[in-house]
Amino acid sequence: MTGFATLLYKELLRFWKVAFQTVGGPVLSALLYVVIFSQALGGHVRVFEGVPYTAFLVPGLVMMSVLQNSFANSSSSLIQSKVTGNLVFVLLAPLSHAEFFAAYVLASAARGLVVGLGVLVVTAWFVDLSVVAPLWALAFALLGSMLLGVLGLLAGLWAEKFDQIAAFQNFLILPLTMLSGVFYSIHSLPPAWQAVSHLNPFFYMIDGFRYGFFGASDFAPGASLAVVGVSLALLSALTLQLLKKGYKIRT
Amino acid sequence: MRGVEKRYGALSALAGVTLDVRQGEFFGLLGPNGAGKTTLINIIAGLARASAGAVAVLGADVVADYRKARRMLGVVPQELVFDPFFTVRETLRFQSGYFGIRANDAWIDEVMHHLDLDEKANANMRSLSGGMKRRVLVAQALVHKPPVIVLDEPTAGVDVELRQGLWQFVRRLNRDGHTIVLTTHYLEEAEEHCQRIAMLKAGRVVALDTTQNLLASFAGPHPADLEDVFLHLMQKH
Repeated sequence: MTGFATLLYKELLRFWKVAFQTVGGPVLSALLYVVIFSQALGGHVRVFEGVPYTAFLVPGLVMMSVLQNSFANSSSSLIQSKVTGNLVFVLLAPLSHAEFFAAYVLASAARGLVVGLGVLVVTAWFVDLSVVAPLWALAFALLGSMLLGVLGLLAGLWAEKFDQIAAFQNFLILPLTMLSGVFYSIHSLPPAWQAVSHLNPFFYMIDGFRYGFFGASDFAPGASLAVVGVSLALLSALTLQLLKKGYKIRT
Repeated sequence: MRGVEKRYGALSALAGVTLDVRQGEFFGLLGPNGAGKTTLINIIAGLARASAGAVAVLGADVVADYRKARRMLGVVPQELVFDPFFTVRETLRFQSGYFGIRANDAWIDEVMHHLDLDEKANANMRSLSGGMKRRVLVAQALVHKPPVIVLDEPTAGVDVELRQGLWQFVRRLNRDGHTIVLTTHYLEEAEEHCQRIAMLKAGRVVALDTTQNLLASFAGPHPADLEDVFLHLMQKH
């Protein structure tokens, strides 16, 4: 087993050992959203023609869970290792910055995808859902989870305390996901807010993922995938550069 | 180590350290708090980067050839750090894996045995006492059988029994050909185990000689011990 594979395995085991909290918790949250929103709004709201509101909601919730948990994994793992000091064991090892990056990002993507799958499985009980373009959904889930894994790594590198990660999560990740069209189509917004929504990178991930289910979206899926792909490439390049310099991890 | 400097803004932690640790020797790095011992070790280990100068481990530059340098180095950090998610055995298996070593259980068992960790193999790191955690740190540094072992204050806050067991094991490793670099504030330990000693003060080497020569160089009213020599040199420089 190479150093990279070991670090990846360790990161996977780290969240899997506490799966009740890292997988079960987010799945339950998403389930509550479905139950409450479908009961309260299900009969009153139509977003896409012929698509019940609960069916519209579920893919958005799945993707929101994928994104939030991918971010949570790399950011919490890195900040914990930094604050407790056990990152030293990885830093002493003959691992390159690229191996370090890949292990953290892939483990984060895995957690996001496992949670997303869990949300899909439990919410499928409430709604008759078809997937008309599964490859599109898969592409957005993969790229989106990796993008948030990279963002989590970046936040973990930058932060020196747990509350800085919490601030990142509460004031950036949460508003961007909640305002990305998980619960509504941006076409239902006034034009000014529609324009603002287009500046939110999370919108493209949610909208593109939803296209995989209904074959309908607010924005062309190819263009959305390009936005996500370019964001992933740029953030990865920045994070790799910081890791190479040892930003806040090697003095 | 050649002309190693480390600056943190205006503060100079290391002001041009040049010294060679010979292969197979038991080498002591002594100095008061803030002398730069841990900074120097961090540079050797790749945890910090030198502002100037170069460090090589058995010929491998710690920056340009970091993979080779790190494979030859086992570092026991000063801080009592651990990963609370895993057991002792998992911790040691991961550390082996980071160095690209598979199926290392025979050696892991041997190291655990020498450090009296056998019974704790499946215990979570969180549940261990401070002394036990220190033993795991030593074991982690040895899983990849490094030819050079760096011990940064390994006996700080450790009880007598572990101290004796630890020194027995480290001396055995030294006899088997491992180079040992030790920093400690317990000067009697350095006097007992180290063949050569470097003393640092304010980021500079103020003495570098065999333990015997350092002791002989001290002309005092009674036979010198290393503490006399240390205090004398620290006041002089």
